[in-house]
Amino acid sequence: MNYHWNWGVFLQEAPEGGVRYWELLVAGLGWTLAVSCLAWVIALAAGVLVGTLRTVPGRLLPGLAAAWVELFRNVPLLVQMFLWYFVLPELLPPLKRLLADADPTTAQFAAAVLCLGLFTSARIAEQVRAGIRSLPRGQREAAAAVGLTTAQAYRHVLLPMALRIVVPPLTSEAMNLIKNSSVALTIGLAELTFRARELGEYTFSYFEAFTAATLIYVAIAMSANRAMAWIERRVAVPGYIAGGGR
Amino acid sequence: MKATRLLGVVLAAALIAPAAGAAELAGTLKKIKETGAITLGHRESSIPFAYLDGHQKPVGYAIDLCMKVVEAVKAELGMPDLEVRMQPVTSANRIPLMQNGTIDLECGSTTNSLQRQEQVAFGPTYFVVNITAAVKKDSGIRTLADLNGRTIATSSGTTSVPLLKHYERTAKIDVKEIYGRDHAESFLLLANDRAAAFVMDDILLAGQVANSRNPQDYVILAESLRSEPYGMMLRKDDPQFKALVDRAVGAVMTSGEIRKIYAKWFTSPIPPRGVNLNFPPTPAIEGAFAEPNDRGV
Repeated sequence: MNYHWNWGVFLQEAPEGGVRYWELLVAGLGWTLAVSCLAWVIALAAGVLVGTLRTVPGRLLPGLAAAWVELFRNVPLLVQMFLWYFVLPELLPPLKRLLADADPTTAQFAAAVLCLGLFTSARIAEQVRAGIRSLPRGQREAAAAVGLTTAQAYRHVLLPMALRIVVPPLTSEAMNLIKNSSVALTIGLAELTFRARELGEYTFSYFEAFTAATLIYVAIAMSANRAMAWIERRVAVPGYIAGGGR
Repeated sequence: MKATRLLGVVLAAALIAPAAGAAELAGTLKKIKETGAITLGHRESSIPFAYLDGHQKPVGYAIDLCMKVVEAVKAELGMPDLEVRMQPVTSANRIPLMQNGTIDLECGSTTNSLQRQEQVAFGPTYFVVNITAAVKKDSGIRTLADLNGRTIATSSGTTSVPLLKHYERTAKIDVKEIYGRDHAESFLLLANDRAAAFVMDDILLAGQVANSRNPQDYVILAESLRSEPYGMMLRKDDPQFKALVDRAVGAVMTSGEIRKIYAKWFTSPIPPRGVNLNFPPTPAIEGAFAEPNDRGV
């Protein structure tokens, strides 16, 4: 294979005029981070709620929560992205009229955040459910014995312990979410992978473009990993199962 | 006249024959000889150049021309049973797959640009496109300048994006743009009114319109942002294979056989739905047939 490496390509001016390729990559990185962070907030909030509901007594709430998980976990992410962006506005005429006037990027961003957030929430819900189930049954019973209501038992006894236990798998989910955000390029959001592809298309320096994108993804994922490890240590209960690496 | 042409042929044959016979095989031809197979890269939705028919089989104008090259390779290497592998490619991965040896010849709708010639080589130009926009008839848009303030769809990674930006600057119009992953998705953005126009090569627009649910709803603007030649792509710095491709495709053009192949795809009903693109050759295309060349833009 005879490939002409050309690392200077990042300093070249992009055809859009006035910007250099490295600036486009940085702009793409901004979208990647924005989508990932907002989607993570949605995923965490919805995931903890749904995961908790899967373990409460009764039938209705656990059933609804299970349906949520199955829906968002079983449909491929690529298909969900397409549904949110192309199909949903066709089903809701008021939304479509709203989008006609809005900046097209806003619609792409909103669809990407919702899609990634809800997809990841299903996965987080399963982690949270597993965390709650892993607690000894005595904890729930002890909470009831001291007179706590179900909601109080979850708030003060079960969730604080369960969430500590699931920090390591949540770290994986956070890293997955960041990498999954590249799927947003299929609806045209100009995030990091989109920009790397674009750079490759214009200059044909594909290997340089994707090497840079890879390094950036590794750096973000590692940062997320370190941040979660820090949280894990900070919240650890000494002597308990999720004690961290102290 | 006849005598000079005959002399030319004899001279050319005299020049080529010893070169082909005596020289060691190198590059792509050597690879084909050793592996017993040639891999053609093809597009999947570039109607009518290379796309999948009703049976998911790649067909098209560029595929037919590539098969002429395959025949020439068979004759050159004396391998009548040469295996032909078909590898789908996209506008984003066609160059890396060419460079890493996955495909040997790309048959699709690839613009021969000077910038691309730094990475790959091209066979003779077999089509010339004009870049313009498709709009809905009832939108009232009749010129590219009418797109001011509107949203424009285009496919990511194609040469139309920088052109649009350039036009945007010179014509002082302000447009918002959204990207479709491929031509079908960009057209969907136009069909669903998410974009007011789809900017792309005229023939690809004609293909999308002809295959849409209501072809009469769309109009392709007469204005042109730029003309671009299409050619089949091969590896750079491979003079043996390049000469073979030039010879094989050039012969199809100068012999007039190209007209039959052109008519089959551009002015007759084509699979999968028997749609006729009604796209007779433009003067630029006639020029490319009369004088086969690989000049880029």
